[in-house]
Amino acid sequence: MGDALVMQGRGLVKRFGHVTALDGTDFDLRAGEILAVIGDNGAGKSSLIKVLSGALIPDAGALSLDGERVYFRTPMDARRAGIETVYQDLAVAPAMTIAENLYLGREVRRPGVLGSVFRVLDKARMREEAERHMRALQIGIRTMTQAVETLSGGQRQGVAVARSVAFARHVVIMDEPTAALGVKEGTMVLDLIRRVRERGLSVVLISHNMPHVFEVADRIHVARLGRRAAVLNPRAISMSDTVAVMTGALSPELLPTEVLA
Amino acid sequence: MPSEARTLRERLPAIGTLGPVIALAIASAFFATQHERFLTGANVSLILQQVMVVGTIAIGQTLVILTAGVDLSCGMVMALGGIVMAKVAGTLGLPVPLAIAAGVGVTTCFGLLNGILVTRVKLPPFIVTLGTLNIAFAITQLSSDAQTITDVPPSLVALGNAFTLGGTEVVYGVVVMLAAYLLAAFILRETAAGRHVYAVGNNPEAARLAGIDTARVLLGVYAIAGACYGLAALLAVARTGVGDPNAGQTDNLDAITAVVLGGTSLFGGRGVVWGSLVGALIVGTFRNGLTLMGVSSVYQILITGILVILAVATDQFSRHGGR
Ligand SMILES: Nc1ncnc2c1ncn2[C@@H]1O[C@H](COP(=O)(O)OP(=O)(O)OP(=O)(O)O)[C@@H](O)[C@H]1O
Ligand SMILES: [Mg+2]
Repeated sequence: MGDALVMQGRGLVKRFGHVTALDGTDFDLRAGEILAVIGDNGAGKSSLIKVLSGALIPDAGALSLDGERVYFRTPMDARRAGIETVYQDLAVAPAMTIAENLYLGREVRRPGVLGSVFRVLDKARMREEAERHMRALQIGIRTMTQAVETLSGGQRQGVAVARSVAFARHVVIMDEPTAALGVKEGTMVLDLIRRVRERGLSVVLISHNMPHVFEVADRIHVARLGRRAAVLNPRAISMSDTVAVMTGALSPELLPTEVLA
Repeated sequence: MPSEARTLRERLPAIGTLGPVIALAIASAFFATQHERFLTGANVSLILQQVMVVGTIAIGQTLVILTAGVDLSCGMVMALGGIVMAKVAGTLGLPVPLAIAAGVGVTTCFGLLNGILVTRVKLPPFIVTLGTLNIAFAITQLSSDAQTITDVPPSLVALGNAFTLGGTEVVYGVVVMLAAYLLAAFILRETAAGRHVYAVGNNPEAARLAGIDTARVLLGVYAIAGACYGLAALLAVARTGVGDPNAGQTDNLDAITAVVLGGTSLFGGRGVVWGSLVGALIVGTFRNGLTLMGVSSVYQILITGILVILAVATDQFSRHGGR
């Protein structure tokens, strides 16, 4: 695992008119870790991950990937740099098949003139590759030609996660991946998140679900009022103290150093 | 058990696309019992001729509806294209290929205008194309002095000629229409550009986040739709032998009816282009069959109206559970 930083943000600022969503927040993501990002409503979690994924351009501050400054202007820039995002609403085309969704915007064409001149898609190859990715993550769906709308909530989440893992080289960002799921499917997705880490990727997990956060996170980034209030070690701090830091009831300065991470 | 459930699910869309074919078969069977001439080769050939213009417009309309839009200007733009072709080749006496290029160019520009207004100015397609419908109609009337252009060279109307196949006359224009369907079906099914049309119609936000330039897809769709109306204009001129400023007035709604009857969802992202051909054939079959039965054209319009409402209701109920 190691402490090598994959992503680093310093003094990130994002304002919307009079509202300051990010007020100079810092951010550190280590190699191969699951970093949970928690915070009250309006604390700036979504704004932070949008900056990381290229969906928002910060007004000030610096972002680096593997120690090099990066400037993401669109989600495509971040994707090209190996950062994939699983959006809260999953961003899938429900009427399209699993394989099509996995390769949407990154379609594979047939080799030779069929692909280069006639631009014919290699559907068989995309189907096989999709199947391989789904199997590697142990998502129990075998037919890649099934429309996504025929799947359960957890399975859809699985498709969105598989898509990001298939293309991520560094980081997978997940916004509330268990929010809309039942207990069983939530557990399934948590297993999935661990398997993503096993593949050597770093995971940023935004969640309001404290038990889920404590179950999978290696470290917890607490966002508060557009800043990073603290980074906590879930194995050393209690859930109630974590919530207290999050709400501001407990000042992070009063915490013993061993609970910080 | 799960594998069985899957195969049934996989078959469902196939059953969905079969619906229009079944409807066409039932309508044909009904008219065959009503009139002995209905199922003759000559009458089937006639239906195909009657359908080739609407069918070709419906290709462009399908593309637009797949993106969750609608193009109300289709028939009027087609009429303008026909007038341009007839004027350039007939009145101005310029070469026919140039006339065809000018006509298709004008209709494509209208499509592009629709696309620009939808994507850049972000106006709803319904309103945009309602506006361009009227603009195209006015330009058609003004540029033709509301007169039919009759002096068109024979080579411009060559696609109206027929060859015989197994004793039945087949008009070349019908072959052109079928070729256009083949091409459209290929692009929609087998290329990334085609799949992106579905994605943009199904979930534009997901398409955008997947890195698809949704505005470009929409612009391309409206422009290609315009080109389809240009091709339809060529077929209309070939079929009637004239440039008719009042062409396209029934085709306008008939094309939308054909697409919806063919199972393409007005909510976008679902449908196959072949369905629109079947839909056009359903409309054509009703028109033709009712005429054979001596039913007045007002009732034909009434029945087309009922058909389209039935088709839209089916769409609404199957996609949104009737809510
Ligand atoms: N596009 C926007 N326009 C204006 N204000 C915005 C916009 N996006 C976020 N904000 C504001 O910025 C602040 C931080 O929002 P953000 O969505 O980042 O918080 P959050 O931590 O994700 O909250 P939640 O838990 O509710 O999702 C809020 O006050 C919000 O209203
Ligand atoms: Mg949020």
